Amino acid sequence: MDILNLLRIAYRALLRNKLRAFLTMLGIIIGVAAVIAMVAIGQGSKKSITDQLSSMGSNMITILPSSNVTGGVRIAGSSFQTLTEKDIIALQRGAKNITELSPSITSRGQVINGALNWPTTIQGVSPEYIDIRKLSLKDGILFTNDDVRKSAKVCLIGQTVIDNIFPNGENPIGKVIRFNKIPFQIIGILNPKGQNTFGQDQDDILIAPYTTVQKRILATIYFQNIYASAASEAVSDAASQEMTDILRESHRLRNDEDNDFTVRTQAELINTLSSTSGLLTILLTVIAGISLVIGGIGIMNIMYVSVTERTREIGLRMSIGARGKDIMMQFLMEAILISITGGVIGVVLGIASTRIVTLTLAWPTIVSQSSVLLSFVVCAVTGIFFGYYPAQKASRLDPIEALRYE
Amino acid sequence: MSKKILEITELKREFIMGSETVRALKGISFHVEAGEFVTIMGSSGSGKTTLLNILGCLDKPTLGDYLLDGVDVKKLSKDELAKLRNHKIGFVFQSYNLLPRTSALENVELPLLYNKDIPVNERRDRAIKALEAVKLADRFDHTPNQLSGGQQQRVAIARALVNEPVMILADEATGNLDSRTSYEIMALMQDLNKNEGKTIVFVTHEPDIASFSSRTILLRDGKVQKDTKNENPRSARQMLADLPDADDY
Repeated sequence: MDILNLLRIAYRALLRNKLRAFLTMLGIIIGVAAVIAMVAIGQGSKKSITDQLSSMGSNMITILPSSNVTGGVRIAGSSFQTLTEKDIIALQRGAKNITELSPSITSRGQVINGALNWPTTIQGVSPEYIDIRKLSLKDGILFTNDDVRKSAKVCLIGQTVIDNIFPNGENPIGKVIRFNKIPFQIIGILNPKGQNTFGQDQDDILIAPYTTVQKRILATIYFQNIYASAASEAVSDAASQEMTDILRESHRLRNDEDNDFTVRTQAELINTLSSTSGLLTILLTVIAGISLVIGGIGIMNIMYVSVTERTREIGLRMSIGARGKDIMMQFLMEAILISITGGVIGVVLGIASTRIVTLTLAWPTIVSQSSVLLSFVVCAVTGIFFGYYPAQKASRLDPIEALRYE
Repeated sequence: MSKKILEITELKREFIMGSETVRALKGISFHVEAGEFVTIMGSSGSGKTTLLNILGCLDKPTLGDYLLDGVDVKKLSKDELAKLRNHKIGFVFQSYNLLPRTSALENVELPLLYNKDIPVNERRDRAIKALEAVKLADRFDHTPNQLSGGQQQRVAIARALVNEPVMILADEATGNLDSRTSYEIMALMQDLNKNEGKTIVFVTHEPDIASFSSRTILLRDGKVQKDTKNENPRSARQMLADLPDADDY
């Protein structure tokens, strides 16, 4: 019997009991829709975390001084001073996988504009830092390498600082403010970045040439961090290895000595955070998957009842020439039709409900093709798997008994 | 000499019920020629149903031979039997056995769905023709619950005719109908027999119905007790005409 004919027989049989066919489908519909919606929400939150981290620069590499043992005493990394101008020069010369490099040194202090003041952080960096961290200027200009060389008293200002010391909306560019008594001319305004993943206000900052902060504010030759940009995300691991080697050499560490610094890539951070949300996605998907299986059992149950209820019909079909195989295929096809139709409706419903979630709750969602495909395949398999037993039972009926069944 | 549609010789059928062997048919022989209208009669327990199942290729004899249109049924597999039922036999049941919530036309089309030899586009035409043959041309879209018992049975007859079988096998086809409708059905059967030359085997326990046929085989205790030709079958159409008009609604 050809498949078209089979489809026609199964379709007509299902049409005879529309409500029941629909109710049977409902299990599958809800299961598929739930899987798609859950995966979409999970993927969406994962993506938003990743995006947020990438907005800091996805191929960013950070070098921090790390704890080391000095005479048996372990000292916290942050108070350790190992990174110097010498390292910057060594890296600039030796590292091939990095495109941009900037030292960083920060100091907290009070910024003053006339009668107004505000506690903030000044960060000393090189001009390349703006690119590394994917910052941008709303207005004004960036300081230059020349400013760095001259330890120029210029700075870029963040939105939060502006709000606090220029509350009346005047243009801060060109104005001179003081940070810990040292006058700085504002030459540029940073575009607001908002809070980072950890809740820090990224706009509460002044950015100045690192030499200025080193010499005029902190009077130190050390850096707190070195930021670098790998040529691409793909080479960020290679770049981090390369930088480790260069720094070890620059710090004259013997082979048996631990690093006195830590190289951290952004990718590691992204992996850590997204694995948490990945776990959540798996959990949600498993729960949704269970409902899909329950939907499948629903199909089996209904098909089983249906075989008993339609015993006479089966007997009749056999008496007018249906083979056991035909009956089997008919019932199997009915189960598959139910589950696939349910699957299609479920996919549509799932996509629609993720849209609604995005629109009403403003949750980020991503409907992934693989989840649509997977849930669709699962429900087709469910139809075959759970439809098989009832179909086999139908095909094995004795036509004589089936015809006389009351 | 006309063709033998149905030929059974020394047919035996035994059932094993626990430790006992029940002999339902104890050796039956007869043959039916093309164009005959045979009724098989017998009281309950006479082996009527068992014989019908075998004639309808739903069951196989324990012993003896059964040739349907020259085909030895005993040698066929289950699937081949199904094909034989589809091509050569048209069943009419006491309880009509129409698919509920399904139009008359689709009910009649049903056997064609299992017949590979009929192209898809020919199905509808054949179903329409069969329904017209049972005078239900205006009831194509009616579902069984919108039809009277007699009409339902006529749909069932159309379904039996649609594959152009060599034999129509009716099992108490008038058993659920009142006498007027029974006569209508018998008139239809007689028409099919006379005008279309259909071979009909009609199982019944009512002598009244048997009198419309051209031959009656009486079964008793699994054996043929009497096989009589009915030279002058009554005309069901005549009987209908003779019924008082008051019954006509």
